[in-house]
Amino acid sequence: MERDHIGEISEAASEPNDGASLPPRAVGRSTVSLALIGAGGAGAMRAGEILLDVAAKAGFFGLMTRAMGAQIRGGEAAALLRIATAPVSSPDDHLDLLVALDWANFSRFAAELPLAATSLVICDPDEGEVPTAIRESGAQSVALAMKKLAGAVPGGRTNMVALGAVAALIGLPEALVTEVLARQLGRKGDTVLAASAGALALGVNAAASLPPLRLAAPPVVTGARWNISGNQATGLGALKGGVGFVAAYPITPATEVLEWMAPALAKTGGMLVQAEDELAAINMVIGASFAGTPALTATSGPGLSLMIEALGLAVASETPLVVVDVMRGGPSTGIPTKSEQSDLDIAVHGLHGDAPHLVLAPNSIGDCAVTTQWAVALAETLQTVAIVLSDQALGQSRAVIAPPPAPPTLPGRLIATPTAAAGYQRYALTASGVSPMAIPGTPGARYVADGLEHNVRGVPSAQAGDHHAQLDKRARKLESFDYGEAWADREGEGEIALLTWGSATGPAREAARRARDAGIAVRLISLRLLLPARPVLLAAALDGVRRVLVIEQSHGRQFHKFLRANYDLPAEVAVISRPGPLPIRPADILARLATWE
Amino acid sequence: MPDIPVLTAQDFKSDIKPIWCPGCGDYSVLTALAKACAELGRPRESIALISGIGCSSRLPAYTSVYGFHGVHGRALALAAGVKLARPDLTVIAAGGDGDGLSIGGNHFLHACRRNVDMTYILMDNQVYGMTKGQASPTTAPDWCESKLTPAGTGIAPVAPLLLALAAGVNFFARGFAGNPNELARLIAAGITHPGFSVIHVLSPCVTFRAEQRAWKQAVHALDDAPATDRAAAMMRYAGDDGFTTGILYAGSTPPFMPERQHAMAAADFEAGFVVERQAAG
Ligand SMILES: Cc1ncc(C[n+]2csc(CCOP(=O)(O)OP(=O)(O)O)c2C)c(N)n1
Ligand code: SF4
Ligand SMILES: [Mg+2]
Repeated sequence: MERDHIGEISEAASEPNDGASLPPRAVGRSTVSLALIGAGGAGAMRAGEILLDVAAKAGFFGLMTRAMGAQIRGGEAAALLRIATAPVSSPDDHLDLLVALDWANFSRFAAELPLAATSLVICDPDEGEVPTAIRESGAQSVALAMKKLAGAVPGGRTNMVALGAVAALIGLPEALVTEVLARQLGRKGDTVLAASAGALALGVNAAASLPPLRLAAPPVVTGARWNISGNQATGLGALKGGVGFVAAYPITPATEVLEWMAPALAKTGGMLVQAEDELAAINMVIGASFAGTPALTATSGPGLSLMIEALGLAVASETPLVVVDVMRGGPSTGIPTKSEQSDLDIAVHGLHGDAPHLVLAPNSIGDCAVTTQWAVALAETLQTVAIVLSDQALGQSRAVIAPPPAPPTLPGRLIATPTAAAGYQRYALTASGVSPMAIPGTPGARYVADGLEHNVRGVPSAQAGDHHAQLDKRARKLESFDYGEAWADREGEGEIALLTWGSATGPAREAARRARDAGIAVRLISLRLLLPARPVLLAAALDGVRRVLVIEQSHGRQFHKFLRANYDLPAEVAVISRPGPLPIRPADILARLATWE
Repeated sequence: MPDIPVLTAQDFKSDIKPIWCPGCGDYSVLTALAKACAELGRPRESIALISGIGCSSRLPAYTSVYGFHGVHGRALALAAGVKLARPDLTVIAAGGDGDGLSIGGNHFLHACRRNVDMTYILMDNQVYGMTKGQASPTTAPDWCESKLTPAGTGIAPVAPLLLALAAGVNFFARGFAGNPNELARLIAAGITHPGFSVIHVLSPCVTFRAEQRAWKQAVHALDDAPATDRAAAMMRYAGDDGFTTGILYAGSTPPFMPERQHAMAAADFEAGFVVERQAAG
């Protein structure tokens, strides 16, 4: 299942072994989709995390997303898990199992819990009546007195009963759950563990009377697996890319990037500074990079808006840096805890003046590491700004995955060497557009970086000749660079192409696979490099395609408009453009494809 | 050991002709800065001069050290990034009263608190020179010469000294562009003092505030040792007329510089994500 290179994935390698390509199994499902819900503090999220960990240890792949309200503590929370025998790229169309520890605030996020007639709902009869929405879904509800059961064990907690029941239902060994619990509780001591194990066992026993949802045996795996969140992967990619300085201001849903990086940077000779605001953060990043240290900041839409002026400065002064925007619902404060792909416009067009820069987007949790690392390398190599558009759905979700592949290796920053000769030209008009950059401390190459237009030496100039030459240079270095295969992920063949980007790639990938399984040839093209646009490459990738389905998560069709502005598309184009916070599901895509048959 | 050439003040100036009006106080600041650098004897390439936008912020291009002429109001943040990434460099920020106290006021506050070891040359002319004469945060409320505020601002000016002291500044000196020798001494003292140092320079704008030529008569040197206790300094300067020159405050707060270790390599962190799988079977 492992991918060797980004960009090109052979058909065989991307074929998940979900049973279709394997000898039939006696029992067991290839995938199970479940949600654990409860009031904040009920421990639904914690039970979900343990479950994912256990599934990973048992050899399964998995994905855990979260639906959360705005409350700091005590709001509604849902852990949405999908556990499968093959890599999981997307939430499923509906839930197979919903476990409600209680119904507190259920209505607020009911829309994010799709139930079908085949779904099983486990709820506590002591937590009041089953909500109408559940009854109307046709799902089968079964009562399990989780709270009462937990009460029977001194110190027992409801979420542990639920955990036991779910683990047993899907066939995860109780011993493995206890082992994970023991490891996590560690220092908290034996009494807590005994209470948890006791409650867990009661849940396991209770599951015997419930309809089973057993997973098939996990695949025989070779090679390592990771359990990682998108925000952690972003931090890891940044660190592997050589980032040694981060300045940032906390913002949901980007903060975990910073939380992961702060201690990691300190241990690798770097540092993270909590700035007074995003204006300071981005300018600190510019300063650190000017001083020779690869630097990055992570933020979300409101913070990116504040950073925009300084991004123009970095473009003009050719100071490399990376901004990770973990997107959330916008505009304004919008929906801080939920995902949307609606910062594409500002990332592409937000800078004033003609300011060529890079915009990249990871398209899976593992790819957050790959794309961020690549972004750092590209920013350094091309001495420019790279904006990485992650989002809440990637950043705050966890997945069990094969270790992500390495991004292309690049030369990195072209450094000016010490010289005794006078006349160092920081902005020399080279063929590539990239000119050697002096790092403070280098004798003989002193210069002043400037946001004012300048001549080749960096001296401010308002002359047309200098302006045009420098505009050309800054455009040329991005346009003429060979980005290799990584500019897009391209999978499959056929006259229909799903054209997408970022987190929308997950459901598109699954939809394409299901379509192929059903005998419909479908290509998937997911753009990793958004700016600069690569019209020649996309034209080649679309060769033979008659119909394109554009898939994105924005209300204003931002990606579709971006494509129309930069690319030639076939005559027949349809668009799935849905704003957050509801994810696009594979079935939505397949339904649209069905109208084309 | 190679001979380290002795650099003169002139060596710290570039060959670029300033855009400043004849008689602008900023010329003297340039002279004083070059003199201070020469006296400190640090190599030119080991100094980074960071500025924002304004007449005063044009300073870096006219020196021969490394420089960054950034965006309006963010010099202190950019300078902090330089110093934190490269503690070996001598970092100086410079700019005007509008740049540092209006659009960049928040960064001034936090630079004082953060106390990164760098020096800020605040060139105060109580006006926005570059945009042709509007009121700044240090302009008197009854100054009526700007078309934007023909009846004056009506709001009290900020006192950079008191603001800085309240925010936790570790060193504060005030100089006058009309006395570049004293100013050079103050700048050098600020650079050598550990932590964040502010050199507040009364630097007349002869074009939009011609009356500032009279500052020559207004300035008076502090006839006391610098205050070293913050509370005492706030008492001492509560009624300051804004024209007292000299080292007004020299504190002893340790500079901010996060610890860093070279204990791990980036790839080492991958191990933290590896799933330890149950033995097959
Ligand atoms: C974001 C932004 N807003 C406004 C301006 C216009 N502007 C340039 S300099 C300046 C004020 C400069 O005043 P000061 O910092 O006191 O410098 P001086 O020219 O007086 O030395 C303004 C408002 C700008 N360059 N950038
Ligand atoms: S406008 Fe004022 S501050 Fe600007 S250069 Fe002229 S005299 Fe100096
Ligand atoms: Mg001014």
